[in-house]
Amino acid sequence: MPHSQHPIELLRFNTCGSVDDGKSTLIGRLLYDSKNLMEDQLEALERSADITGGGQINLANLTDGLRAEREQGITIDVAYRYIATPKRKFIVADTPGHVQYTRNMVTGASTANLSIVLVDARLGVIEQTRRHSYIAALLGIPHIVFAVNKMDLVDWSEARFIEIRDAIEDFLPKLDAFKDVKFIPISALNGDNVVDASPHTPWYGGPTLLNHLETVHIASDWNLSAFRFPVQWVNRPNNPTNKELHDFRGLSGQLAGGTVKVGQKIMVLPSGLKSTIKEIWTYDGKLPEAFSPQSVTLVLEHDLDISRGDMIIGLENLPGMSSDLQARICWMHQRPLQRGNKYFLKHGSQTVQAIVAGLDSRINIQDYEAEIAPPELAMNGIGEIRLKTSKPLIYDGYKTNRLTGSFILIEQGTNQTVGAGMLLPPLEAVKPEYNDFAI
Amino acid sequence: MTSYHLDHLQYLETEAIHVMREVAAEFERPALLFSGGKDSICLLRLAEKAFRPSDIPMPFLNVETGHEFPELLEFRDRRAKELGAKLIVRTVDEAIKKGTAHPAPGEISRNKLQIPVLLGAIEEFRFDCAIGGARRDEEKARAKERFFSFRDAFGQWDPKNQRPEIWNLYNARLNSGENMRVFPLSNWTEMDVWEYIKKEQLEVPNIYFSHERECFRRGGQWLPVPPKHTDPTKPDPFAGGRPKPNEPVKKLVVRVRTIADMISTGMIESKVYSVDDIITEIAAARVTERGSRADDKVSEAAMEDRKKAGYF
Repeated sequence: MPHSQHPIELLRFNTCGSVDDGKSTLIGRLLYDSKNLMEDQLEALERSADITGGGQINLANLTDGLRAEREQGITIDVAYRYIATPKRKFIVADTPGHVQYTRNMVTGASTANLSIVLVDARLGVIEQTRRHSYIAALLGIPHIVFAVNKMDLVDWSEARFIEIRDAIEDFLPKLDAFKDVKFIPISALNGDNVVDASPHTPWYGGPTLLNHLETVHIASDWNLSAFRFPVQWVNRPNNPTNKELHDFRGLSGQLAGGTVKVGQKIMVLPSGLKSTIKEIWTYDGKLPEAFSPQSVTLVLEHDLDISRGDMIIGLENLPGMSSDLQARICWMHQRPLQRGNKYFLKHGSQTVQAIVAGLDSRINIQDYEAEIAPPELAMNGIGEIRLKTSKPLIYDGYKTNRLTGSFILIEQGTNQTVGAGMLLPPLEAVKPEYNDFAI
Repeated sequence: MTSYHLDHLQYLETEAIHVMREVAAEFERPALLFSGGKDSICLLRLAEKAFRPSDIPMPFLNVETGHEFPELLEFRDRRAKELGAKLIVRTVDEAIKKGTAHPAPGEISRNKLQIPVLLGAIEEFRFDCAIGGARRDEEKARAKERFFSFRDAFGQWDPKNQRPEIWNLYNARLNSGENMRVFPLSNWTEMDVWEYIKKEQLEVPNIYFSHERECFRRGGQWLPVPPKHTDPTKPDPFAGGRPKPNEPVKKLVVRVRTIADMISTGMIESKVYSVDDIITEIAAARVTERGSRADDKVSEAAMEDRKKAGYF
């Protein structure tokens, strides 16, 4: 594995496709051709080939880790893989394509900068292709790659590749989501255009898949425009021997958006009290400025009553604050979502109770049309709902900020995570009651 | 400040600090599993970064098999003291005496016996959460693990029934008797761990560096010769883990790449004397770190089986 002295960026991507599209083979191929596989992994691969594969090495066995999966020949859960090249490090979420496992794709995609959607060159665009593109768009993934796989089985036909590209470009505008879209003709099984350029595609002038992953611009994927700091943990040393820290009262958390400077005026929500940043404290010393997604501890000029769940924000670009929310939701549990159901809702560092006030629509994944007022939302369904919460949330629209615009729903009693929600933009910005600085 | 951009280690660090603070905020009685190995050494630094200037708000817990490298135990005790943390140690020996752990006939490794000891400690101290240093890149079954890994009242992991983990919103809710294992280093690779140790100038036990040691060959690996059995009134704790007559002992220059205990850790022949040397060696390595762990070679699904039974 290569090692380098200069700073290396981390790119998170996920792979999606339907069963037998060759996702696991593709990741195996990326690992293999980029020399990220070790001898003992290859040995284990050969051992299992002797048992199950009639002697042929099956790259999919590298990622299909659990015994249950190998027996059934399917991937049942999100698996994470790590690839390093001299240019970048990668975290790969291998997400299964089974229709019943859409929740896993949402899981893998939620933290990704980029999605690779696999398309079988023989089958072209199928329902799964539209579903995966929709989910990638829904989750606000900035970059998407359509890897048209098994090109060897269509005789490396440029016409077929263009036909598929056109079919995808037909529906992409409806999604209105991605910063950039790439189409790459590959054969994961044989390694064409995965790491090394293929001799079979002289008509293709673009980068190989790895090439693209190494160079796609991701520096601006974090929201740096509006300061958001969900208070995670109040830091009060219980340590009277160190006099200097006797009155230390820090607010620990991770910036969910924007930047913050010492001396900057801030507001605490929901109280609306204002103060000024006195110190940005870290273990490695005080900072003059911090940015998302750094984890820091803020010290304010005034001793305000602040606890976990509160949000510290800048005085410009105010968020919404409301108990009446509208959101898109992906449902992840066998017990369907219905109007009137009650859940715990976790948003940032806050957990509140929420009741489903309305189920406004359900998205048909085939044509992206909305069905109005459906009776319920079943597992893997995606729809728009209204929620009423026991306490107001301080939030942004998901398109503006993936961290302050997202929430999960938790079933009361079983504590299962049952839904992933993306908030629609607030109808109005917060209007704090208190305008004076704290005394 | 020129750029608002984190490099890969800074990204992994802020992610791990966020996870640790979630634990402190969401659980009533968390513990941090600290063995003295390289991964848990990183955990301690991350805990300092998450919680200073406060004390680290959880005790350290270690499960001893009784076959530990003495260097590791010395290091573990000293680090806990330096950080002002409470260190709780529970041992397989005690558990066997109390009848809560039962060695399988003929099995030398006590790896599996750590499971009832860990579960016993969780019950004894009513821990609702244990932070561990496991990483997803270590092993295939670990690749499917969550940051917040739910365990039922029997301490079991059910891979088919894991809670989906979306964005950085960790569902920490439990019913009584259930508990959580939390892995802040989930996204770290072996290389990341050593690069972090270098960057933070963290001390590691000297067995990670090359030294002369008596070893013997078994199962395709160099195993360390255990310390002499000095107390004849007690049974030899390393019985079965000593070289047999047909396993000649050789003095070699070796080090450990991953540490289990003396019975299941393969020593690798190597000449590295600094963290920089280790990073260079890993960069050139042709086997994974777990390639030297006897406990994983038992079957293709060895780790999966142990995790389902409550292994960390």
